[in-house]
Amino acid sequence: MVRTRLLAAFVVMGLTAGAVPAFADARSDSKAQVDFGIKSAQKELWSEALYRWKRAVEIDPTYAAAHNNLAIAYEHNGQFDNARVAYEKALELEPNNVLIKQNYDLFREINDRANRNGER
Amino acid sequence: MIGRTATANASTRKLVSFGAGALALTLLASGCVSYFEIPIETPIKAKLDVSPFQRVHVVGFIAGGSDDVDANLETVRLLRSQLRTRSGLRVIEADVLPLAEIAQEMNKDTPADAPAAPETPATPSEGKPEAKPTTSEIKPATPEALDPGGHSPQAPAAVARVRDEKSLASFEPIFANVEYWKKLGEEFQQPLIVTGTVLFTPQSKSGMVSQTRETYDNLGRRVVMPMRVFMERKGYILRPKFIFIDGRTGTRIYSESFREERLYPSQQNVPALSSYFELMDDVIPRFLNVLSTQKVRGTRVLLK
Repeated sequence: MVRTRLLAAFVVMGLTAGAVPAFADARSDSKAQVDFGIKSAQKELWSEALYRWKRAVEIDPTYAAAHNNLAIAYEHNGQFDNARVAYEKALELEPNNVLIKQNYDLFREINDRANRNGER
Repeated sequence: MIGRTATANASTRKLVSFGAGALALTLLASGCVSYFEIPIETPIKAKLDVSPFQRVHVVGFIAGGSDDVDANLETVRLLRSQLRTRSGLRVIEADVLPLAEIAQEMNKDTPADAPAAPETPATPSEGKPEAKPTTSEIKPATPEALDPGGHSPQAPAAVARVRDEKSLASFEPIFANVEYWKKLGEEFQQPLIVTGTVLFTPQSKSGMVSQTRETYDNLGRRVVMPMRVFMERKGYILRPKFIFIDGRTGTRIYSESFREERLYPSQQNVPALSSYFELMDDVIPRFLNVLSTQKVRGTRVLLK
């Protein structure tokens, strides 16, 4: 009985220990893509940046910073629907992140302006 | 004993704070910045498809409010110059129409059942050859009643002053007069016609205003304090309504209204014209955005 419990405990520990590096790997790969994306955006290579941040969220969909950056790239391209989805995902992951909130507020201001139509 | 403990605590605190400072410095030095501010230019698509038009004609506005600014003339001049430099359309240079006079004459001559403009979207241009536009022969819906400039040939009509939105409303039927705009369009080879109303009114307000006050503390450090003060302010409100008319059919294809307001401390003597241009500065990008894609500059924060 005791042996079975011990075995189960070892299995759980083993799985957890294996999962942590896997998660850490995904995050570090994603981080590498994010970093490269930032460098690209700073050189005004927005297509490259967009590609990198798309890869980053594919690798690690829980990485709020990657979603935030992706939203900015979409915004820069005038793809407002995609930008909103990405900002909302970033805020869902990190609801208290002031910087993401600030970006989202600025985006909404412009999005409202783009959507405000007169009469036809 | 107690004194020694206190001294020991103080030195520990010093050590901790020194350590924290050192750690912060190390992090900064090692480039552990987790965010980057970046400038972006967000493109906002044009609201109106102007591809069927090669030319744009800002004909004039029914203007009112302050006597210090001829809002009709100034708005036409400003919009034309902006369109010339910031749109792909050729701007027609013609005399500014005294639209209020024309509208008043129309109201006199035309009964209330004037044809209303059905609102239809722009259709592709027929690609007619260009001809040099002239300012003559612009006739309103009742051509026998008005001369080309829009003035009555019999007697100069005293134009009712436009002071507020209510008095402006009585002039509005001119924008639905399809025949008038179609004729004007024919005269200028069917351009996109820009017209509308502009109300530029003075206003004054008094009340509590949030301000910041700069002071220096005993150590000479700058301290910014938010405070609320009672202030009397005066300024202007600008309410333009831009109407876009298809010069081929005379129908209204789009219209948009704006409202901007500026208030200045009552001691500050700001000329009406300066305030008008300040307010128009905010309106112009949105006006241009109707006709062409505009880029809005801003900054965002990239995160690591």
